[in-house]
Amino acid sequence: MADLSVKIAGVEFKNPVIPASGVFGYGREYEELFPLSKLGGIATKGTTITKRNGNPSPRIAETPSGMLNSVGLQNPGIDKFISEELPNLMTKDTVILANIAGSTADECVEIAKKLDETDVHMIELNISCPNVKQGGMAFGATCDGAAGITKRVRQVTKKPLVVKLSPNVTSIAEIAKSVEAEGADALSLINTVLGMRIDINTKRPILKNNMGGMSGPAVLPIAVRMVWQTANAVNIPIIGMGGISSGEDAVEMMMAGASAVQVGAAIFTDPYAPIKIIDGINDYLDSNNIKSVSEIIGSVQPW
Amino acid sequence: MKYTQGKYQVLEKKALAKDIFSIVILCPEIAEIAVPGQFVHILPQGCTLRRPISICDIDREKGTLRIVFIVKGDGTKNIAAVNEGSLIDMLAPLGHGFTLDKSFKKVVLVGGGIGTPPMLPLAKIYGEKAAVISGFRSAEAVILQEDFKKTGAETILCTDDGTTGIKGFVTQPLKELLEQGSIEAVYACGPMPMLKNIAALADSANVYCEVSLEERMGCGIGACLVCACKTKKDGEEHFAHVCKNGPVFNAKEVIW
Repeated sequence: MADLSVKIAGVEFKNPVIPASGVFGYGREYEELFPLSKLGGIATKGTTITKRNGNPSPRIAETPSGMLNSVGLQNPGIDKFISEELPNLMTKDTVILANIAGSTADECVEIAKKLDETDVHMIELNISCPNVKQGGMAFGATCDGAAGITKRVRQVTKKPLVVKLSPNVTSIAEIAKSVEAEGADALSLINTVLGMRIDINTKRPILKNNMGGMSGPAVLPIAVRMVWQTANAVNIPIIGMGGISSGEDAVEMMMAGASAVQVGAAIFTDPYAPIKIIDGINDYLDSNNIKSVSEIIGSVQPW
Repeated sequence: MKYTQGKYQVLEKKALAKDIFSIVILCPEIAEIAVPGQFVHILPQGCTLRRPISICDIDREKGTLRIVFIVKGDGTKNIAAVNEGSLIDMLAPLGHGFTLDKSFKKVVLVGGGIGTPPMLPLAKIYGEKAAVISGFRSAEAVILQEDFKKTGAETILCTDDGTTGIKGFVTQPLKELLEQGSIEAVYACGPMPMLKNIAALADSANVYCEVSLEERMGCGIGACLVCACKTKKDGEEHFAHVCKNGPVFNAKEVIW
């Protein structure tokens, strides 16, 4: 058994595998299948200041080796999250990353202030949701926008701040640098890739929102590339995600420069995916006589 | 245990009509706890997403579930391609089923097209107390009528084109039954326009009505919030989720 623990922004994770925001709710449904304490951490559903209903259905579509979603940040609002979900999550012996996804910088600041007064371990600031009209990806599309919102949230919280980046930009490394300069403690990437599917019989997009965020195995090479580019550009740790569905995928992402990984679409295919990925990482380390998972972070040897 | 995921053996596969298949799956621990109205979430070979399929029969003695589904796209095509004896990856049983009340003396079960299979477990429970109205496009699409007859329920068959049974929609015989006045509940599954009309008829007759809805799903267990449907409770509108809050809803809560 290798040492699977990693440290990100001063926070100790027992292993580097974290269900991604949005797929896992607040963990209650998956706790029926396995103890949440097995996970390195949990990124909770993106939270807004007040209750949000999200987009009309259909909100999901299969794509070749992947999927599209357009949930649109349905959530009960920060106060309910703090009073009804967070206390339960904090008893689960795993790192909790509270994902915040306000429509405006002011809203993100208000949410961060409220979270700062809780015991939550980390804040993941989502500046990359492709499924909302205001905020979301618009924050993260320019260096100035990303820097501006990071700066404002940084001012109101001492919690370790992870900023979640969009792949739908010209240079993710440039965005990453501007976020790092404003005090982000870590980065998580990639959010979903903007996509679309059309039913050729009805001439209608399958998603009622027309477009949605693409994830799943098909995006893994894009995510690995972006994590590698970003890791070469910044000095803060990266949580890599995008298409990871096996221990081997996770090892690849970590070699590209990720200190931990998040798992999304794979959980729909196999609800036990996070557990199997943890075991898969351990198997890789054991069979290669690597004592600690931290040894593989950024260990790719580029040509 | 509320639900579990694993690979289960397919004991029997039959084609019932064009593109409609019946599969019997050996899964004792799921059959033990499954109730009418629940569904199974099957991973088709080569797909990222599972496909939700309603449960058509629960046999606790044999430890089996039966599902009947229509091939709509690549996912259901791959499920239909499974062979007898091979394994199927299933997360089940899922969702909130029908409300059963053994004191009811007369109920109507209404199924439209591929919405008829989830009515069979109800027919088995209510037996002679049930009238089953099934509607199909045409004679060649008719399924499960012999199974319904075996339960002792009264069966009423409708087709849109009149090639068999009554020519017309299921709402006509439903209206007549409701007018007789002794019906205590209506349970329905089928296309949304049909369900909307059934809900309106039941409402005007002041009869309790439950409908089983369908939506594209992700996790199937209530975490991902993908399968939203508009409902109202205590006067407030919100998006409920077909997988966890449903698939069966009190018709009065659904916003059509």
